[in-house]
Amino acid sequence: MKLRELAHSRTGDKGNTSNISVIAYRLEDYARLEAAVTVERVRGHLGALVRGEVVRYALPGLGALNFVLTRTLGGGVTRSLALDAHGKCLSSAILDLEIETPA
Amino acid sequence: MKRVRLGTGAGYSGDRIEPAVELAEAGDIRYLVFECLAERTIALAQLAKRRDPAAGFDPLLADRMAAVLPACRRNGITIITNMGAANPHAASATVAAVARSLGLGPLRIAVVTGDDVTEVVRARQDLTIEETGAAVASLGDSLVSANAYLGAEPILRALRDGADVVITGRVADPSLFLAPLMHEFGWAADDWDRLGKGTLVGHLMECAGQISGGYFADPGYKDVPNLARLGFPIAEVTADGAATITKVAGSGGLISGATCREQLLYEVHDPARYLTPDVAADFSGVTIAEFGPDRVGLAGAGGGARPASLKVSLGHSDGYIGEGQISYAGPGALARARLARDIVAERLRIIGLPLREVRLDLIGVDAIHGPALSAAAPEPYEVRLRVAGRTHTLKDAERIGNEVEGLYTNGPAAGGGATKTAKEVIAVVSTLIPRDLVSPQVHVMEVQS
Repeated sequence: MKLRELAHSRTGDKGNTSNISVIAYRLEDYARLEAAVTVERVRGHLGALVRGEVVRYALPGLGALNFVLTRTLGGGVTRSLALDAHGKCLSSAILDLEIETPA
Repeated sequence: MKRVRLGTGAGYSGDRIEPAVELAEAGDIRYLVFECLAERTIALAQLAKRRDPAAGFDPLLADRMAAVLPACRRNGITIITNMGAANPHAASATVAAVARSLGLGPLRIAVVTGDDVTEVVRARQDLTIEETGAAVASLGDSLVSANAYLGAEPILRALRDGADVVITGRVADPSLFLAPLMHEFGWAADDWDRLGKGTLVGHLMECAGQISGGYFADPGYKDVPNLARLGFPIAEVTADGAATITKVAGSGGLISGATCREQLLYEVHDPARYLTPDVAADFSGVTIAEFGPDRVGLAGAGGGARPASLKVSLGHSDGYIGEGQISYAGPGALARARLARDIVAERLRIIGLPLREVRLDLIGVDAIHGPALSAAAPEPYEVRLRVAGRTHTLKDAERIGNEVEGLYTNGPAAGGGATKTAKEVIAVVSTLIPRDLVSPQVHVMEVQS
């Protein structure tokens, strides 16, 4: 199943750094997110879109993960050549991640 | 128990005005805060001021004030805004003129300045640019502006002085909200725990509609009622720093645990260290509870000692960007768009355009996330070629759009809707400077009745 079935997401930008939240709809699904949505999975899924480091912060109380991607916005919104210079659509890319369906 | 209600009247420079009027008229609020100054906006405003000493503040200021001042005066609402941008004094003159023309005096307007540290930075070429690690000296003559993020302190001074309207330039967004809370509750400047809680309120509120159902709807997954009439948020705060986020009854939108969680993490890196000029706020232990429809409570934020330095946005000239677009539709659209892309790439080489960077994307196919993520997607009915390149001169930038437009008569069949643009780029990077190099000032002007 897609991550979209379990979680919602919003992307923010500060300078050349993007942050992507992954938030469980239901708090009881948080453990699945924590296990499935790892730094390696995010890096693998976004592929060439990731240009720097990926750091994950866990917020179990909110049922959320926060991914911080450095040097990934083409210099940031003020100078990027990208159509989506803020990288705002990255949240939708994350939600397309394939998650293992429980047996 | 004392409760203070604050509303957000704008979350960015071009934001909608009607929800701010709704808050002023029916929000039962004491403060209305307009956050209108993005990273780049201040650098562009500095350039505008250089061309015209009476310009350089928010272009919608007069319209916003004319729309909300009558209800704010009637209901005793204090306005706090960073719409002063690069020219808070000229902005205050504009607010005064609006107030006079509407007969809304007496009105006390406070102007906060001191964020413009361009000369300070020019004298400190050794400062390090955060993004590159190089010295400020590496920017050379391209540096056009330097604005330090001020904190809540000068706004607090203005409120203590009885201001009805506070106009600032570059101030950390959450500080616009923290200042009135410090003023109302007498929170000390080193009460890190409460300043952290107040900063959470500011952080949640600063993007206006983004916490009340804007930027949230995803039909079938996250539905938002009456989004066209989206209401802007109200924060109801008590002396202990606990907050309830709500909105005007009957307005559109949605305030839920989910909208609050999305906004809580928006533009946050380490949730345990959200740095502002006022405090190192800690959002990692925040708890969220839905009290009722469109009423969400937040507690558990904290904070530690404020950072020793202030962040400074450095605006610098970074060449030019030229762009062109053209569309293809119907059978074979993708093949024709790909052919068009190859042709433009080759022609840019043939004319020997000195490009610092270029990208050729197919909108509808791979422009947003590149070819890998979209590889399995079905072929779209219509495709739009977009070519964007970075150049050293405006003339070179214009040639990029010309090569795309040239596809009309020199490219594949049935291209349509070509557009082209070329613009100067003011890029923004940041540095840190010691606090003692920045001295915020407050000036007060009175509009008589």
